[in-house]
Amino acid sequence: MSSTEAAPTRALDATNAETGGEPEKAGFSFGKLLAWLVVTALLLITVFPFYWMVRTAFSNGTALAANSSKLLPADLTIGAFKRVLGLSNIAEAQAQGGSGASVNFWLSLRNSVVIATVITIGQVAFSAMAAYAFSRLRWAGRDKVFALFLAALMVPPIFTSIPNFLLIKQLGLINTLTGVILPFFFMTPFAIFFLRQFFLGISREVEEAARIDGAGHFRIFFRVVVPMSSAPIITLSILTYVAAWNEYFWPLLVAQDQNSAPLTVALGIFRSQTPNGAPDWPGLMAMTLLAALPIMILFAIFGRKVVNSIQFSGIK
Amino acid sequence: MTTQAPPIASQLTPSPPAFNKKRRGGDIGPALLFILPATIGFLAFFAWPTIRGIYLSFTNYDGSLRPAKWIGLVNYKHMLNDTVLAKSLLVTLEYVVINIVLQTIFALGIALLMQRVAKSTFMRGLILLPYLISNVVIALVWFWMLDPQLGIINQFLNWIGIGPQAWFGSSALVIPTIALVNVWRFMGYTALLIFAGLQTIPTSVYEASQLDGAGEVKTFFKITLPLLRPVLALVLIITVTGSFQIFDTISVTSKGGPANASNAIQYYIVDQAINRSHFGYGAALSVLLFAILIVVAIIQFKVLRARDSDLA
Repeated sequence: MSSTEAAPTRALDATNAETGGEPEKAGFSFGKLLAWLVVTALLLITVFPFYWMVRTAFSNGTALAANSSKLLPADLTIGAFKRVLGLSNIAEAQAQGGSGASVNFWLSLRNSVVIATVITIGQVAFSAMAAYAFSRLRWAGRDKVFALFLAALMVPPIFTSIPNFLLIKQLGLINTLTGVILPFFFMTPFAIFFLRQFFLGISREVEEAARIDGAGHFRIFFRVVVPMSSAPIITLSILTYVAAWNEYFWPLLVAQDQNSAPLTVALGIFRSQTPNGAPDWPGLMAMTLLAALPIMILFAIFGRKVVNSIQFSGIK
Repeated sequence: MTTQAPPIASQLTPSPPAFNKKRRGGDIGPALLFILPATIGFLAFFAWPTIRGIYLSFTNYDGSLRPAKWIGLVNYKHMLNDTVLAKSLLVTLEYVVINIVLQTIFALGIALLMQRVAKSTFMRGLILLPYLISNVVIALVWFWMLDPQLGIINQFLNWIGIGPQAWFGSSALVIPTIALVNVWRFMGYTALLIFAGLQTIPTSVYEASQLDGAGEVKTFFKITLPLLRPVLALVLIITVTGSFQIFDTISVTSKGGPANASNAIQYYIVDQAINRSHFGYGAALSVLLFAILIVVAIIQFKVLRARDSDLA
């Protein structure tokens, strides 16, 4: 129990040792070739939709129909991006198969950034404080209160969403960023649970030493516990940011207007606006790509942390 | 050493020695301060709405200024005659079965493959990617790829001699289609969870099985699968619970149609409560969903014996 982080590493070492311990499996075998073929097919299936999104986004809408199965962009152009970003005039847009449907990409982007950032800061900070009280402090009823908080994990989001919608409506916060942010701002049971696991692993000696030096709980929290847990706190922040960025259900209920709708909701509106007969596929894919891009970049930078966290937290 | 206490806490409680179990109350002062913000969030957005949701389900609240009126079990009785609800539950069940069966089989296969040939972080990251991208984005990309006229999948089907399908527009295909899109999105994530479980099976067990001359297939069914059971149980409880709450993909693509063929329970709840302002009935429906989820989870827990491991 000394360090939760060490566990997965040990587990991985064990498997490495295992493959090393099977010399007859080394080298070429038919089974291995087959396995690699399946892995390659799997990666293709995973990557292809992303490729197709990019390919379509760089296509010319009017040329798309005649080249619908061409693997490269049909009549390569950045027209779709210009359309979505509001950089092209209507004539230009319509010449490339744009529907004239307008989305305010920049405003939605701003909304998404504000929502995800504020939620991440509040949720991680307040959950870390609570996790500290649930792991390092001793007080009557601690474990009962913690169990109660955890029980909230069992309640399906739809169940609380209807009353929360009414609450936000009664507070006059429909179509405001505050209304989107508020329910996720203070905590989620998962965030507290996740951090508590790590805080429990911090050795008491370090804490005792700080205490002897005269540090109170706040000093110990900010100067000892938080810095020592910076890795899981960063991981949690990334997971929270991604979840807040991707959230569609709650903002769909409370933020339909363009001053508060995040990109996910704006994408849904954009899709509903495009005419059924001839949707502006390049425009739609360009906006889809732009909406997913920040998460892809985040994942490219912090991928290892995210992958490892899912390896052993297992819940999110 | 015991005299030092945080400035704020000292005003609330006498400073306790660290981790002195005998002192009653302990660090209650600072503890209350530390959990204060989280508690506000918990009470306002988790506990209170849970209670209010149950209360609303016994009322006819319509979201207007007219206060909610207690109508007893009327909403629940109404469910019995609600044919749209019956259809909705059926459709949800169809989705869950297709989604979970395929997703779990694929994920298990991927996890075993990773164990054998590809366990690099890069590979794991790549198969996790769809899970990290928004439901809406994934739904729209597949909506485009499955477009009846220009979608690449139908072009491919044409090419191999099967005619184009309407996918999201066909009442027979819409649920399998949405289920498959989400199998694609979640199988990598589920595989990683199972892969983590595989790491807990000691090498010695495999070695023993190998010495006894057990083949790959036998080893899988007699060793891997039984020892993986607690992890699989947990994974199944998480994925089944999530699967019942399918909403985003439907909302972006088929919008419940055609003719309620994809009107899954959560979509129906939102339609009743938010679109039609039948908050009372919507709340009752979400109580029903909550109850279904609890029963399903308990059954899974019991049947799969999630708690005890055979590895003792």
